[in-house]
Amino acid sequence: MIHFDNVTKVYSHQSRPALQGVNVAVEKGEFVFLVGPSGSGKSTFLRLILKEERPTQGGIHVAGKELSKLTNWKVPHLRRRIGCVFQDFRLLPNKNVYENVAFALEVIGKPRRFIRKVVPEVIDLVGLEGKAHRMPDELSGGEQQRVAIARAFVNRPMILLADEPTGNIDPATSIGIMKVLDRINRTGTTVVMATHDAAIVDAFRKRVVELEDGRVVRDQSRGVYGQAYGGV
Amino acid sequence: MRAQFVLQEIWIGLRRNLTMTIALVVTVAIAMALFGTGVLLKMQVDKSNNYWSDKVEVSVYLCNKLSANPACHKTEPTTDEKNQIKSQLQSMPQVAKVTPETQQEAYQRAKERFANTPGFSDTIQLGDIPDSFRVKLKDPKQYAAVVAQMTNRPGVDQVINERAILEKFFKILGGLQWAALIIAAIQVIAAVLLVANTIRLSAFNRRRETGIMRLVGASNLYIQLPFVLEGAIAGLIGGVFAAILLGFSKVFLLGRLTKNLQFATPLDWFAVAEVIVFAVCFGVVLCALASFLTLRRYLKI
Repeated sequence: MIHFDNVTKVYSHQSRPALQGVNVAVEKGEFVFLVGPSGSGKSTFLRLILKEERPTQGGIHVAGKELSKLTNWKVPHLRRRIGCVFQDFRLLPNKNVYENVAFALEVIGKPRRFIRKVVPEVIDLVGLEGKAHRMPDELSGGEQQRVAIARAFVNRPMILLADEPTGNIDPATSIGIMKVLDRINRTGTTVVMATHDAAIVDAFRKRVVELEDGRVVRDQSRGVYGQAYGGV
Repeated sequence: MRAQFVLQEIWIGLRRNLTMTIALVVTVAIAMALFGTGVLLKMQVDKSNNYWSDKVEVSVYLCNKLSANPACHKTEPTTDEKNQIKSQLQSMPQVAKVTPETQQEAYQRAKERFANTPGFSDTIQLGDIPDSFRVKLKDPKQYAAVVAQMTNRPGVDQVINERAILEKFFKILGGLQWAALIIAAIQVIAAVLLVANTIRLSAFNRRRETGIMRLVGASNLYIQLPFVLEGAIAGLIGGVFAAILLGFSKVFLLGRLTKNLQFATPLDWFAVAEVIVFAVCFGVVLCALASFLTLRRYLKI
């Protein structure tokens, strides 16, 4: 589903590469924790998958497509197959829960009838039953992140990328968010989650890919967060 | 769904930047009105030019008792001399037709022409305008040779090239036309910069929305369309004001010109409508294009 083949990324005006010779393969339906200190290249890894950045060297395949061969006007179609969740939720403050989720479908031109059918379903799936008409500022952080997940998942993407989704949320609520992501993973969606949250990584025992200074230093199935960062 | 979404976004965009939108509309209106006025003046000049080039003549006035030219010695040429002048004119390759006009005919014509200005028509007398030959040229631009040969020829008082008089007049109109077009060009530059600024503000205001649209895979067209249409609609509103201003331009500028200066036939409203449609389209395309080019810089795809 996601293949990094000896990928190096050097940002312009920087001498130190953000990623260096990264080889990672994530198969369909996998759940991967991407760990490592700040600046180790986790976000670059995710941005490369979305083709927000281009690799300086190496090839990336996402959902069967070689990204370097993807023309600019086809990039939106790639992104429709990838859902994204961020630490800062990125909800539209002037739209309620339903409208925020529906927005993702409206802007890719889905018919109104389809939207009316699937949006309530996905709102239920993330555990926000009965809150469809709340505004984002009436929701807790955890609930807002659920809305963001609903928006990312409403178009049934093949891949869900989460960049520190629990970074702004207290530990108890984080478990709930993580359960939602796990539930989405069980529907067959590949999930890649960049995180600093040792408790979550250790509790769920999924595959762990650890980055340090742009290199993969550990790739372990059913792994833990790692001793160096205060894990088990 | 799509249309409603796009319209809603445009409305929000225009309202949020109301002051910029107003500035843009005013600038576009002035730019297009001046541009249209320039084009109208040009059309008027061309039309009058066409009209007059059929009619302008070189007039060869013969000597008579009142001639101020010392070479005339205040005597009229004899019939023989007159015939010589006429046949010389007719033999010139540039000349198409030579029509003699007697003092009597010239007097009548002047009376009719200035019938509306009694002071002038009363004082005019037979013999004030001498006998003359009206020379029609094959190509009105080839007057120089005829004027050169006739000037200072015995029996000829003066040679008046009507075209030279008209040219002076057309030069003034031409200057007016260029002034309008140059100011219009400056205004067009101002309009483009204003569009760029408006769209930049708009893109900044809506960066949250466009960021999410990008993320969930909305097509570039879908992301950019509201901005481009926002520019186009501002251009269209400006164009409508420009159309009104051009209407005034037609009535007050060209209308008065043609009335006071016994111009050729005035431009009809159809021609004005053509210019208006062209100016409005130009304004819309200009603004849409400027928005589009600005977006390429400020809206990451």
